[in-house]
Parts: sequence; structure tokens; C-alpha cells
Amino acid sequence: MHADLLAGTPSEPVLLGSECRECGTVTFPRQSACPRCTSTDVTERRLARRGTLWSWTIQRFRPKSPPYTGPEAFEPYGVGYVELPGEVRVEARLTESDPAKLEIGMEMELTLVPDAPFAFKPVT
Amino acid sequence: MSDDVAVIGLGIHPFGRHPGVSGLEMAAHAARAALDDAGLRWDQIDFAAGGSDAAGNADTTVSVLGLTGVPFINVKNGCATGGSALITAHAMLCAGSADVALVVGFDKHPPGAFNPLPEEWGIGSWYGESGLMMTTQFFAMKIQRYMAQHSISESTLAKVASKAFENGALNPNAWRRQPLSEDEVLASKMVNDPLRQYMFCSPGEGAVALVLARGEKARGRRPVLLRSAVFKTRRFGSFEVFSPSIPVHDGVSPTAEAAAAAFEQAGIGPGDVDVAQLQDTESGAEVMHLAETGLCEDGEQEQLIQSGATRIGGRLPVNTDGGCLANGEPIGASGLRQVHEVVLQLRGEAGERQIPGPARVGFTQVYGAPGVSACTVLTT
Repeated sequence: MHADLLAGTPSEPVLLGSECRECGTVTFPRQSACPRCTSTDVTERRLARRGTLWSWTIQRFRPKSPPYTGPEAFEPYGVGYVELPGEVRVEARLTESDPAKLEIGMEMELTLVPDAPFAFKPVT
Repeated sequence: MSDDVAVIGLGIHPFGRHPGVSGLEMAAHAARAALDDAGLRWDQIDFAAGGSDAAGNADTTVSVLGLTGVPFINVKNGCATGGSALITAHAMLCAGSADVALVVGFDKHPPGAFNPLPEEWGIGSWYGESGLMMTTQFFAMKIQRYMAQHSISESTLAKVASKAFENGALNPNAWRRQPLSEDEVLASKMVNDPLRQYMFCSPGEGAVALVLARGEKARGRRPVLLRSAVFKTRRFGSFEVFSPSIPVHDGVSPTAEAAAAAFEQAGIGPGDVDVAQLQDTESGAEVMHLAETGLCEDGEQEQLIQSGATRIGGRLPVNTDGGCLANGEPIGASGLRQVHEVVLQLRGEAGERQIPGPARVGFTQVYGAPGVSACTVLTT
């Protein structure tokens, strides 16, 4: 697991974010200052593992390398922002790439995948 | 008023692909054309600013234009490069530090999507390695949510693109000059849902230069007044490209803030605008920027665009030169291309694409990574 981004276990990974002690703002990944109130009094926060899909798209062409390091044989993949309630909206690869199976508002859960440090999958 | 700042010269190098012509050569071509248009020589310019994202330092054009000792500031500010050069010159003129200024923006990008490196944007390498460092994804996700919230149809996205190519066909300096119907746009392949191939602009090449002047010098041939030029970066809560996370509470976008300030400084409202140039890196951007700039309400775009109001003969013509969709996106040149087009329209010199109605007030808005926006208000 990517130690800067994740904690927990492979079967129950957790994203590591920051929380501002002054204004409560949550960010991901961890950062040393608050983007809202500029305070440097921030602490690590383990983010919720479940949230709802805020928006999404399907990446249908292979991104250029660098920076992309995925397989040469390209398969389209889903990308979205998942809103962790009351915390933050996190951008991530999605395990689902069929547009018919993605809908704003659907419930998503953090998981690990081969081609990215983390991803979200629909909760079935 | 003697404090007025006016655009008195326009120069452009055609957009598109120009093998064997460097970005700096295109910049010098545009600069010469702008000087000719203003009826001035290079040694009469007492301030210059300009830049490109990927095609070199603007000030090296002096070796071609002439070594006159002019103070020349290089700008490298992403998609706001042209806008930043413009506000720099505007501020120098307003401050009385110069009387006649030249601004130039140019670029030359290889084919295909941009491939920025996350490390240069303050993001971990994992972000690019896992295929998230894509401007196209951001645009797609922003319009995907906007369509759901404000009932914008796929047909409206296609009509924006179709209009751009219709206008591009009338513009001799445009790259894409073949009209495409709404059906042809909708038949192109899906790239980043809900955006299709012909709904995206492509990185390209081109250059634009403007001559600005103040006071007595601003009274030349057909001056168009630059009433305001405002540049803003993002605030907390704005949804921007290259964001590994965004706050759960929505904030005001840099475009909304820059547009409001530009209108306020000009003492002119969005309802007075006769012609507008909005950043249309893809169809969705034009739709959303219409509302962010205050030119319409959220959701009103569906009716506006379906009714043809944003076409050249409509109530609010938008991107009359074909925008980024038909001209491509040479990053450093785009913001100044918008001003170039609005000045042409306000002069009544836009040829086949001249808007039929009154052309007294024009507006431009350029937007880019990682959340910058520059807006101008221009009047006759």
C-alpha cells in the first residue's frame, strides 16, 4: 500500500487526509497547512471508507507516458469524485467502466486495484 | 477621457499546424501585423509583455523586431498567459508608466492531449501514474454534474460544437474550417463521457498581438476601449482541474469572481454585452462559462443554445471566430485571440462573421489550470 496515502489493511484500506484544528477543514492527501483558513495547525485524519458518487467520467484513450504508467494494452477506466459525508470529495479511479452502471449519488466504497494506489467500487 | 486605455492595433498569425515555423516566428509575425494595423513602428512601443507555455520566451522576438531597449516582461502563466500579459500592459498604461504597449501571446504544441507532470503542479507522482492527470477528465466531470443539476442535454453540447465549426468556416485564420452538423458531432466517438471527440478542442499553434495605448495616443484609427481587465486565481471550494480532492462545500469560481469584477470596474452589466468570447476548451465549458460570467442563469443555457441565441445572428453571439473548438488551443495565444475577435467585431471589421446587430460592448473570458481566469470588457 502507498504509505503516504493509505493506512489500514489490504481488505479494509483507509485514506489518510488532514484535518485543520482551527476550522475543521478536511483535505486529501495530507498537507501541512489548511487551504481554507491558512492555519498550519493540521492533524492526520483517517477518512471514511464509504461515500457517494459526486461526478464521474470514463477515460477512453490511453493517457500519455509520462506520467501515465498503466499497461500499454489500454482498457477504458472510470474516474470519479466520491463525496465522503462531511469530510471531502476524493478523486479516484473507479472499478466500474460501464457508463450504464454509474450514477451520481450511488454509494461507493474504497478498495485496492492493480493500476492505482486506490479506487472506489460501487456498493452492491 | 485622457485616462482611457484603448486597443489600437491587432495582429494574428493563423492558427492550426505550421510545420517549420517556430512559435517565436509566429509571434514576430503577429507583432508586426499589430504594429502595421496601429500605424506605428516597433521603436515607438515603450512597454511590451508576452509569453507562451511551450514555445519560448517572448522577449527574444526583439532580435527580429529590433533592439530598441524596450522593457519587455516575459509571462508564463498557463492558460492565463495572454490574459496576464494584457493586465500587465493595462496596469502599466493606467499607472502612466507607458503610453504605447505591445502584448503578444503564442504557442506551438505537439498533437494529442497535454501531458503535464504532477510534480510541477504540487501533486504526488501517483496522480499522474494512475491516469488522473488529465484535463479532459476534469472538464467531463464538471459538465457531467452540471448537466444533471441543471437539465442540460447532449444535444445542447453538440450544438455548441456545431456552432463553433460553423463560425470557424467563416474565419480565414481558424484551424477547423469545415462545418459539422449536430448529428455529425453526436456521431463522433466518446472520449470522456459525456464529451465526444468533436466537442473537444485540440492543442495547436498560433500567435496574437495587440497594441494598447492611453491618453492622446489612444485616439488613433478606430480605437476600442479596454474598460477593464481582471485576473483571478481560485478560492477555497472552487472545483478545479488537477484536484486530488475538493471540499464538500461549493465555492465561487475564479471565472465568476473575475467576470463580476470586470463588469463592476467597467460600470457595465452582463445584460449590456453584444458579443462574447468564452473559453470553450470543450462544449461543456462554454455552457458553464455562460452562467459563471453572469451572461445567463444556471440552466438557462438549454433554451438559449437550442434557440440559436448564441449564434452569430442571435441575441448573444458567443465565440464568433469559432473559439478554441475551431481555432485549437495554443495556450499562450488563446486569451488574446478572444480580445482580437471582440475588437474586430466592435470595429465592424469581422467580415463574413460580423454580427448583424449593434456591436458596442464586448466581453472575453479565458480559463485554465489550475484555476485561473482573466476577463475583459471592451467598448466602442
